[in-house]
Amino acid sequence: MAKSIASEFTKGLWNEVPPFRLVLGLCPVLGVTTSMKNGIGMGLATTFVLLCSNILVSLLRKVIPAKVRIACFIIIIATFVIVVEQMMAAFAYTLFMDLGVFIPLIVVNCIVLGRAEAFASKNGIAKSTADGLGIGLGFTWALGLLGAVRELIGTGSLVGDVFGLIHWDFQNIFGASFEPFAFAVQAPGAFVILGLLLCAMNLIPSK
Amino acid sequence: MGEMIKMVVVLTVLSVVSGGSLSWLKDFTEPKIENQVMNLVKGPAIRQILENTDNDPVEDRFKIKDGEEERNVFVGVFDGTPDTVVLEASANGYGDKVGMVVAINMAEETIRGIAVTTHKETPGLGARAKDDPNFAAQFAGQSINQEFGVTTDGGQISALSGATITSRAVASGVNKAIETYKKLKPEMEAKISGMGK
Repeated sequence: MAKSIASEFTKGLWNEVPPFRLVLGLCPVLGVTTSMKNGIGMGLATTFVLLCSNILVSLLRKVIPAKVRIACFIIIIATFVIVVEQMMAAFAYTLFMDLGVFIPLIVVNCIVLGRAEAFASKNGIAKSTADGLGIGLGFTWALGLLGAVRELIGTGSLVGDVFGLIHWDFQNIFGASFEPFAFAVQAPGAFVILGLLLCAMNLIPSK
Repeated sequence: MGEMIKMVVVLTVLSVVSGGSLSWLKDFTEPKIENQVMNLVKGPAIRQILENTDNDPVEDRFKIKDGEEERNVFVGVFDGTPDTVVLEASANGYGDKVGMVVAINMAEETIRGIAVTTHKETPGLGARAKDDPNFAAQFAGQSINQEFGVTTDGGQISALSGATITSRAVASGVNKAIETYKKLKPEMEAKISGMGK
């Protein structure tokens, strides 16, 4: 039992990391990853929603009637998304402005509903917690990595913080003569770099 | 039948619990969000349209009762005289409400400047009302004894191309601010007469 909980957690981090392995939830993946800071912020917001909705759906899985389960899941998910939105506006307003419309859009993120439907409604609370946390953190590192690559190529620097707790500030990593490719932080650059990262992920076989 | 009732009950209970907890959350976060907006959006916007004041307009603000509502009034002191007040206004744009701050020169009865603060307009179109300084600059120096409107409606403000609705919202927001200003002028004058010394 203990082993399987651990494996539910770790599968999200590598074998089933949503954007790269499952190619799910690409809207925020392409939209907000203009910098590492935004990517990680969005990833953590999604992780919170995923974790809470997984726990609640798992707790209520025997109460929720099968015919209205999707409506119930959406109510639960939407509630937590509003919680995230309000808390982010209250405590991390600049991140809230950067992420803008993508925060309310977590409601329709297929990963969140997908985990509720495919996993939490069929499994116990411990497994669902591990699953939500694993998939969420996998999503976070994927967004953070894509954001970092785009920010590096697009601006030559990595600057930011996570909710004011961890700061990083690396200016001109490639030296002062590096000419940034603004293309990388624009929308088409997101597709190209995501494609290259997918390609790189496929070169490393999943276990 | 039993299943039917269960579905209704479960959905109702879920919605009630969700709605109730969110309204509690809103009460909890509202003052904090207002504070953040003041520091990070309205504050910089007001300081930008009121350059070179002797005071800090964001610090020198007070609330005035306008019927049911309380309105923020920011005061700008120029050369020792508090002759400018900044009022907030909002009007329906293309997305949500477009919020703005309008600075009025009380002595000359002109607009000193306006700035869009909070909005959910389309990036690249309506959002230029905030990002493009030329649009807001059209209002500066205009008399407040006129109705503002976009040129397509016979007004004096050139709308942002592709964003007529947003431009209209800004113009009508400015009109609302002027209306509020005229209504509350005596009270505001009484409040600020002691400032700037």
